[in-house]
Amino acid sequence: MNNNGKSYEDMTHFYGRIWILLALGMIFSFPTAACIYYDAWPELSAVAKGLLGVAPIFWTVGFIEVLTFVPMLGTAGSYLAFVTGNLTNLKVPAALTAMENARVKPGTEEGEVISTIAVATSSIVTTAVIAIGVALLVPLTPILNSPVLKPAFDNILPSLFGGLAVVYVSKNWKISIAPLVFMVVLFLLVPSLSGSVGVLVPVGALIAIGAARILYKKGLL
Amino acid sequence: MFNPNSTFLFIAAGLVILFVIAQSIFFLVRAYRRGKALGMDMKQIRKTIISTAVFTFAPAVSILLGVITLSQFLGLPLPWLRLSVIGAITYELPAATTTANALGITQLSETITDPKVYTAIAWVMTLGIFPGLIWVPLFIRKIQGGLMKIKNKDSKWGDIVMTALFLGMISAFLGMVFADIREGLAGWIPIFVLLFSAFLMGICGILVKKCNVKWLENYALPISMLGAMVFAAVITPMIV
Repeated sequence: MNNNGKSYEDMTHFYGRIWILLALGMIFSFPTAACIYYDAWPELSAVAKGLLGVAPIFWTVGFIEVLTFVPMLGTAGSYLAFVTGNLTNLKVPAALTAMENARVKPGTEEGEVISTIAVATSSIVTTAVIAIGVALLVPLTPILNSPVLKPAFDNILPSLFGGLAVVYVSKNWKISIAPLVFMVVLFLLVPSLSGSVGVLVPVGALIAIGAARILYKKGLL
Repeated sequence: MFNPNSTFLFIAAGLVILFVIAQSIFFLVRAYRRGKALGMDMKQIRKTIISTAVFTFAPAVSILLGVITLSQFLGLPLPWLRLSVIGAITYELPAATTTANALGITQLSETITDPKVYTAIAWVMTLGIFPGLIWVPLFIRKIQGGLMKIKNKDSKWGDIVMTALFLGMISAFLGMVFADIREGLAGWIPIFVLLFSAFLMGICGILVKKCNVKWLENYALPISMLGAMVFAAVITPMIV
């Protein structure tokens, strides 16, 4: 206990809220500044039409992501990761791996520290790499877009999740069978779903939790 | 004529990005101090920082590729901002495409010259993504409280629920790898890559556990990921 009787956790929420609300203001500042500076306010109907095409999905997925990832990322990790983005392909695997290697569990005080450090480090490195890349865009573009490297980056998700799967699936193979079989069959039947994999994450989670419940009740876990 | 690569837009985007770096540093320092106060192994914490930085590099470069893709149409500052703060290419590309289509623009390879089109897209990208920032402060305590309740009632079941959450996420992405299988051998490439990454991770695991190569533990994930990416670059030209 410190800071007038408020716990570390309470203070994390306090700082987290301040930063996230400031971030909210910051991200709105860019379109506002552009509109004022160029005196170019867009047609409301154009924005509405564009928004109609993406908002229903994005807002739902955003909500689902909060439900799914908050337990894994911890308090400060969540406040930070939801501002810096790229959750499934970067921040969540980084936090999970860091906690696994440090042998701490999500939801504990130590897990909170490790997860926060992983998310913060990953955010700083990502921002720096992108900024350097943007600055060096002219010499870098031909290298990054070269046909030799293209398949490597096209396959970044299987490269990442293959390794992750070994760590988690091998330890919990009983819980993994049901969601894995479901997802493989689903994607074989409906390949076009790969664009909306974000929506399927909570579906997989629910199936895994359901299967785990049955196994647990039967004393198999 | 409107220039989506103007100095003004670079400065506007740069300021927001600096803010996000400041936020990251704030929480990094705070967590580091907290780890010290809790008497945690500081060596492990420093290892966490280094191994996370190494792991982040390849995904960060792939995000940079997303910036380059979008920059042909939107200039650099807006994609730079959107992919550094909250966004991901999976959000920003459809947001830009739908808005452009709504305005009757179908040619996305030419840079925007109409400032009103530009601001319309910037607003759709911002309005499409911001609710995440509101959901977190609104629901974080409720979600954590719910988890605590489960854990207090039955701590073993609480741990299983957490594990099941991870496995749900991993399953969705593993399933996705099988989406292109009907395209013939080329559609199998992601599966070969996945298996190769798993194979490298397995070898790392054996070296760590059986041969006592302790340092490898923190780098097993970046090694399997980068190794599998190299593997993809080698086998793709042989198959396609």
